[in-house]
Amino acid sequence: MARMKFLCDSDRCIECNACVTACKNEHEVPWGINRRRVVTINDGKPGERSISMACMHCTDAPCAAVCPVSCFYTTADAIVLHDKDLCIGCGYCFYACPFGAPQYPRVGNFGGRGKMDKCTYCAGGPQQDNSPVEYIQYGSNRIAEGKLPLCAEMCSTKALLAGDGEIIASIYRERVQQRGYGSGAWGWRTAYREELAV
Amino acid sequence: MRRFLPLALLALLAIAPAPAQAQNAGMPQPLGDRGQPDAAELEMRALLRGEPIAGRISIPDAQAAKLIQPEGQQWRAFHNRTLAWIGGVAVLGMAALLGLFFALKGRIRIGGGWSGRRMQRFNLLERANHWMVASTFIILGLSGLNLTFGRHLLLPLVGPEAFTAISLAGKFAHNYLAFPFTLGLVVMLLLWVRDNIPNRLDLDWVKAGGGFVGGQHPKAGRFNAGQKLVFWITVLGGGLVAVSGYVLIFPFTVADVAGQQVAHMVHSLLAVLMVAAMLAHIYIGSLGMEGAFQAMGSGEVDYNWAKEHHGLWVEQELAKARQSTAPTGAKAAGAD
Repeated sequence: MARMKFLCDSDRCIECNACVTACKNEHEVPWGINRRRVVTINDGKPGERSISMACMHCTDAPCAAVCPVSCFYTTADAIVLHDKDLCIGCGYCFYACPFGAPQYPRVGNFGGRGKMDKCTYCAGGPQQDNSPVEYIQYGSNRIAEGKLPLCAEMCSTKALLAGDGEIIASIYRERVQQRGYGSGAWGWRTAYREELAV
Repeated sequence: MRRFLPLALLALLAIAPAPAQAQNAGMPQPLGDRGQPDAAELEMRALLRGEPIAGRISIPDAQAAKLIQPEGQQWRAFHNRTLAWIGGVAVLGMAALLGLFFALKGRIRIGGGWSGRRMQRFNLLERANHWMVASTFIILGLSGLNLTFGRHLLLPLVGPEAFTAISLAGKFAHNYLAFPFTLGLVVMLLLWVRDNIPNRLDLDWVKAGGGFVGGQHPKAGRFNAGQKLVFWITVLGGGLVAVSGYVLIFPFTVADVAGQQVAHMVHSLLAVLMVAAMLAHIYIGSLGMEGAFQAMGSGEVDYNWAKEHHGLWVEQELAKARQSTAPTGAKAAGAD
């Protein structure tokens, strides 16, 4: 089994937001919820970098550690998923998540939150693979179809890489060696407790 | 004019690089070049400083501009370890202390026995308000404790579906009952603050161990120092718990994620300590002391109980009663 990861090569990201759009469309993510976003640091200054960020599917995931109802689970591919039938929308995973991945639909009074929604690595949820009920709750399940997440698949500059950690790390390493620079794997230290040495 | 154009261009060329260089000096160096801090280095610094790596975002949600927030790791450690330990030790420790006290001293009896005469201690408004605060506090406390301890204690017993149903009901109850609880705190403050101002008598009460050790009843007015402590724990502690709770119930209206983490820490820590304190209050008001429950039950306490525990208050009440039975100008029956 693979250890699935995301890697955003920020020296290639052009902030086109196609990953964000692809994700929203593929899973019919409702208005106000962003499973993926692009953050630009040092905007308009030297050293400007854009990074596409979503759930990083952490090793020892903080969301799972703090969840009061234990609704998170990790798949054999090390993808962190959650069961919306168990989620109570308390917001604890959002406090703990380093990447701001958990999203909540606003329902009812007092900013009352619905079931948490986040990037599924295009792997659906605990329901039957590719069933209509899975699609409604979690979006499409491309992993079950043998495909990788759509955000990375359709990235125009191939900045966003998804796949087995070893493989995408070697692709990134090769790039850095060829072009002579690279700002590193964003979020890897935080999510996987490892640095990508180039 | 033509003649001056090359000159002007030359001048521009001469001037332009200077400010550009000056500008570059103050700017952060480009990332990603060899020898410059890379992502892992920046993440390490952010973690050590406890500050997020943030930038600009083009979607309307400004919160999403934070790329990585390291504070969540501290919050996780607080929630999973610090809070669980402090809460567990405080609540179980208090329960154990009360059990030990009961085993050693038993129920505190009315020294003079039941007199059979009763006097009003709390009127209907005071009692109704007390029980509104008490009943909402119990539900708020249990549903709150469930969020920290439920997954370890209740979830294995009832299974995930039932536990979610319980926790979801608890979440709604917690959100809605926050409002009557807060209202009750305000009414409580207005009703009782007058009699809860600390004074010299409280020092004597504390020195005498509150009558718990030694057995001598120290003098007290309407409320003794222990009751005053419960009052201020309820009003101040409950007030802070309420305020921090409203920060959490309206996400992002007054605080960002870092502010909500702090609000949660204040909220949960004070709340578990209050649960522990209220265990003692519940004990002494019911099982622990004969004659005490009537104060909040029927509102009328036994005269002997009142004299023992609140002698000064009884004197005041009697003085008032004597005044009210003989208003000026009143004549005895058959005197005219």
